[in-house]
Amino acid sequence: MDFWSTFHLALRALARNKMRSSLTMLGIIIGVGAVIATVSIGQGAEYLIQQGIEGMGTNAVFISAGSNRPSGGARQGYWGVKTLTVDDMNAILREVPVIREAAPVVFTRTQVVYQNQNWNTRVEGTTPVYFSIRRWNVSAGTSFSDEEVTAAANVCVIGQTIAKLLFPAQDPVGATIRLREMPFRVIGVLESRGQSATGDDQDDRILAPYTTVQRKLAGITWLHYINASAFSPEAAQNSVPQIEALLLERHRIRNPEDADFFVSTQSEVADIANQTQRVMTMLLGSVASVSLLVGGIGIMNIMLVSVTERTREIGVRMAVGATENDVQQQFLVEAVTLSMMGGTVGIVAGLAGSAMIANLLQWPTLVSPTAILVAALFSAGVGIFFGYYPARKAAQLDPIEALRYE
Amino acid sequence: MHPSAAKRNGQAVIHLENVHKTYDLGEIQVHALRGVSLEIREGEMVAVMGASGSGKSTLMNILGCLDKPSKGAYLLDGVDVTNMTKTELAKVRNSKIGFVFQQFNLLSRTSALENVELPTVYAGLPPEERHKRAQRALEQVGLAERAHHHPSQLSGGQQQRVAIARALVTEPSILLADEPTGNLDSRTSVEVMDIFQRLNQEHGITVILVTHEHDIANYAKRNLEFRDGKIQRDIAVRDRLMARDILPTMKSVGEEDAEEEAQQEA
Repeated sequence: MDFWSTFHLALRALARNKMRSSLTMLGIIIGVGAVIATVSIGQGAEYLIQQGIEGMGTNAVFISAGSNRPSGGARQGYWGVKTLTVDDMNAILREVPVIREAAPVVFTRTQVVYQNQNWNTRVEGTTPVYFSIRRWNVSAGTSFSDEEVTAAANVCVIGQTIAKLLFPAQDPVGATIRLREMPFRVIGVLESRGQSATGDDQDDRILAPYTTVQRKLAGITWLHYINASAFSPEAAQNSVPQIEALLLERHRIRNPEDADFFVSTQSEVADIANQTQRVMTMLLGSVASVSLLVGGIGIMNIMLVSVTERTREIGVRMAVGATENDVQQQFLVEAVTLSMMGGTVGIVAGLAGSAMIANLLQWPTLVSPTAILVAALFSAGVGIFFGYYPARKAAQLDPIEALRYE
Repeated sequence: MHPSAAKRNGQAVIHLENVHKTYDLGEIQVHALRGVSLEIREGEMVAVMGASGSGKSTLMNILGCLDKPSKGAYLLDGVDVTNMTKTELAKVRNSKIGFVFQQFNLLSRTSALENVELPTVYAGLPPEERHKRAQRALEQVGLAERAHHHPSQLSGGQQQRVAIARALVTEPSILLADEPTGNLDSRTSVEVMDIFQRLNQEHGITVILVTHEHDIANYAKRNLEFRDGKIQRDIAVRDRLMARDILPTMKSVGEEDAEEEAQQEA
């Protein structure tokens, strides 16, 4: 018996019990729908994180001041040492060729005052390179120039959050705000970046020339970290040992264990973030696939009922020449048709569900073709797996007994 | 015309040699057949009779290749089917045997035409050929115009005719009918016997039917009587009934109803 005849037969048999067939399919629909929806939500989260990481610059390399070495018994951790300088940065730019550009970063927290408004925020001192490395432009005004850095000018660029808080009804560009009782001219407003991958409000910050921050606000001579950028993600990876060697030499440290800096790349951060997210997605997906399993058991149950109900039909088919194989195929194709139809509807339901979530929660969802393909194959697999036993049972009926069955 | 008509009354279609069938029911063994030897030739019409438990159903199952003898040999159309596998037997049933059951055993919610097509599906024929053959088989039993009716829309006699058409559609060597008139009233029974006789006379199809009604057995050419798993009597029917002659003398169902109504009114 050829496949199309078998398939046609299966459709006829399923159409004969529409209510039962659709209820059986519902199990698979819910299962596949849930898998598709959870996976697409998970992948949406991955995309969000990816975006956040790209915001830091894809080829970024971070050289942070800090040490594992105890100083007077206490380990200093990040930012705890005073040895990282702009000279180090220039040496890196000079001697590590895969590093394209770098920006020094020094930061402090301070109160910011404008007229009767005030706010506590993070002030980062850096150079104009920072804007290009982070691909972060100003939405109004301009960013500061190298000359203003050299001159340690009292100018700043403020984030959207600050702009909203201090200037609710006014253009901030050109206004003068006060930091530590010193006047700073606002020359630009940053584009909105929203939350970072780790949940900080990236718009809650003020950027100023690092010289100004070092000398006038923080009163230090060192840097907290250097935000460098390599020519490619691979180059970023390759630059790590070179930078480490260079800085160990410059800081006259023999034992790498005693280093007073940490070098890390975005890809490391990205890997960890992605891994975490992937684990979450897999977890959600596996919870959802339990319902797929339950759906499969539903199919098996209904197929067993169907085999019993149609015992006589099976007997007649065998009497007129159906082989065991024919009968087995017939019931297997029926089960697979049920599960595949359920799978198809489930994919549509899953897509609709994830679109709804994207709409309601303002959460991007990403439906990958792989997920759809896997769901389709999986539902077919469920049909084969759970349809096999009932089909086998049907095929092994004794035709004489089957014909006598009441 | 049926292809086998050319060689009617030729060689043996069925040849049983000392066939035994024993059912092992754990503690006891039931001897359903105790040494049956039998030859049925092309174009015969045989009625098998006997009380229940006499072994006639077992014989039919073996003749129909639904069961295998425990001992002895069975040659169908000159081919030894005694030691065939289940799949081979299914093919033999498909091509050489047509079954007609007491319960009709039509698939419900399936048109008469599709019911008749069923064996041709398993024979692997293309759809157009299936339709053509099923249509022709329905014509043979006089139901061509009911092809698209479902069994529930047909009378008992019509359903049995559809079942006969299904048995005919692969042009089998033998037609096996197990109490074909058991569920039918007397007039419809004769109509069904008329079809069997015509298929036998005009198309040379070998017909074997099980019945416990003597008057039905008298439509056959030969009667076999079973008792305790053996053939007790094997005789040629002397005063054979011809359904074609008897039908005009019988009242139709409609006439009977009218008569009953008339009696009630009186």
